[in-house]
Amino acid sequence: MKILVCISKTPDTTSKIAFTNGNTKFDEAGVQWIINPYDEWYSLVRAIELKEKDASVTIHLITVGGADCDPVIRKALALGGDEAIRVNADSTDSYFIAAQIAEVAKKGNYAIIFTGKEAIDYNGSSIGGMVAELVDAPYISLATLFELNGSTATITREIEGGEEVAEVGLPVVVSCQKGVAEQRIPNMRGIMAARTKPLQVVEPAAINALTSVVSFELPPAKAGVKLVSPDNVAELVRLLHEEAKAI
Amino acid sequence: MSVLIFVDQTEGHIKKASYEVLTYGAQVAKQMGTSAEALVLGTVNDDLSALGKYGVTKVHQVANETLNHVDAQLYAKVIAEAVTTSGANVVVFSHNQTGKAVAARVAARLQAGIVSGACALPDTSNGFVVKKTVFSGKAFANVSISSPIKVISLNPNSYQTVAGEGTATVAPLTVAVDASKIKITAVNKVSGEVPLTEADIVVSGGRGLKGPENWGVLLDLAKELHAATACSRPVGDAHWRPHHEHVGQTGVQVAPNLYIALGISGAIQHLAGVNRSKVIVVINKDPEAPFFKAADYGIVGDLFEVVPKLTEEIRKMKASA
Ligand SMILES: Cc1cc2nc3c(=O)[nH]c(=O)nc-3n(C[C@H](O)[C@H](O)[C@H](O)COP(=O)(O)OP(=O)(O)OC[C@H]3O[C@@H](n4cnc5c(N)ncnc54)[C@H](O)[C@@H]3O)c2cc1C
Ligand SMILES: Nc1ncnc2c1ncn2[C@@H]1O[C@H](COP(=O)(O)O)[C@@H](O)[C@H]1O
Repeated sequence: MKILVCISKTPDTTSKIAFTNGNTKFDEAGVQWIINPYDEWYSLVRAIELKEKDASVTIHLITVGGADCDPVIRKALALGGDEAIRVNADSTDSYFIAAQIAEVAKKGNYAIIFTGKEAIDYNGSSIGGMVAELVDAPYISLATLFELNGSTATITREIEGGEEVAEVGLPVVVSCQKGVAEQRIPNMRGIMAARTKPLQVVEPAAINALTSVVSFELPPAKAGVKLVSPDNVAELVRLLHEEAKAI
Repeated sequence: MSVLIFVDQTEGHIKKASYEVLTYGAQVAKQMGTSAEALVLGTVNDDLSALGKYGVTKVHQVANETLNHVDAQLYAKVIAEAVTTSGANVVVFSHNQTGKAVAARVAARLQAGIVSGACALPDTSNGFVVKKTVFSGKAFANVSISSPIKVISLNPNSYQTVAGEGTATVAPLTVAVDASKIKITAVNKVSGEVPLTEADIVVSGGRGLKGPENWGVLLDLAKELHAATACSRPVGDAHWRPHHEHVGQTGVQVAPNLYIALGISGAIQHLAGVNRSKVIVVINKDPEAPFFKAADYGIVGDLFEVVPKLTEEIRKMKASA
């Protein structure tokens, strides 16, 4: 059984968010790049757990991006992917990225395609649904648990104000979040092995991007906190009621 | 040409986020000089003609029971067909759980560009540019859509609902609906509590509460305010509170009118999940806690002393109102 795990490269969660080129480009100076936490902690680790239970599972990783993604893919291979495919194209358009992944997915006969809940940079929450549509498979979003029994997946997913348990046959596309698995740290053996695991670079299919970023903005700075004495809690209530109109 | 607004419902009732998107979508239509129409899937108890109050002229309904559960695959087919039959060129969703499951899938089916997590009306003065939150609320991007059909999913709590006068005509829409490939075996709603992502007020606790046995002070305050409860990641990880309460970069992202943080330091990853809140109140005994920099109001003090007083003062205020 083959599993495809979608991996995106994102800035570390503590990165300073700033822009250059007249606010048209993310300022990469000093930024540490990581595997998008949802991809690393949840979808990839869950795929590895499935492989640990069933040796016939192979895990393919896919990323759409430039050569600057390679260190991040190597890390994902060190954690436990078997081989990786990088579609050599840089884009912020979800449709373009999803269509590239779908091209690869259609040829690969994957039983499960995992994505993260969202990429923490552009916050699209879009790729999973799009890939599912393009390969015409069911899509379970915001999964918090994923179990496999033969060719049926039992998946718990977040809905408004709770969760719901769904049973679905394979193939299926699933976006993962907290609950699906626990973070792991790559070990030395994994890191050594990753160096020789196949990382295939393919050129992108001819797909037109449908969106583009025109500019970025930073939110206006907060006016500064109004501190109230702990002995005068009534004043806080008054401010929240009369000034902020929040209660 | 028209704007089609997807109206999300659960158990026959229209969700709060749907009224926001209806108001938003009607405004988009006005801006483009066209009409706004709504689309409802499944069977509902609410009066659909009343959606006219939010500015839509027509409500299309596919009253098929299979659609009472969200199956993204079926939804995408049905919604895309409704877009085609109604001739819509802008489709609006809420970026809530249903929107996250469905909107992008509809976009892919229609080969339409999508801006998800939108937070303002489109700028149509030069093309079609929509502002959205990026970097978990730490910045915004203005994104241009170039395809003929455009899909927007709007961040919950980012557009003010306005109800006016008007009734909409309700038009049943017949669309062939396939059998679902997904079988829902259980639905577990947290009963009696305000859903976190829909709440106007959120009261959230961190490691400063010291242990699960101390949550009473927080729950009392939340109850007095009809607030939803949340927590920081270490609190969720330590199982002091259920996982689904964990807010932040790797948890739930919330944008209530009021976020009250008790004993939370305000790490950057925590702020990433709450910085879209309109008003932030921080109660922390450490004056250097980073959260004060992101707060509107704060009290430097011991939460175990301050919070019961706060609850009491709110009760008094309500009693005198
Ligand atoms: C990749 C990554 C992702 C992460 N994602 C998230 C996320 O999504 N959400 C999240 O919350 N964290 C996240 N974290 C963790 C984050 O960095 C912080 O460690 C965490 O938010 C701290 O939680 P806390 O504020 O509850 O605890 P602490 O940092 O320990 O803060 C406790 C606070 O309570 C105060 N306090 C103690 N006693 C009292 C008292 N009696 N009265 C008043 N105040 C008191 C202290 O002064 C202190 O400020 C992430 C970290 C990483 C590396
Ligand atoms: N460039 C990319 N290459 C491969 N997978 C991606 C890429 N961008 C996003 N993804 C996957 O899609 C998920 C959701 O991303 P997004 O829809 O961009 O928020 C991520 O968690 C990844 O699993």
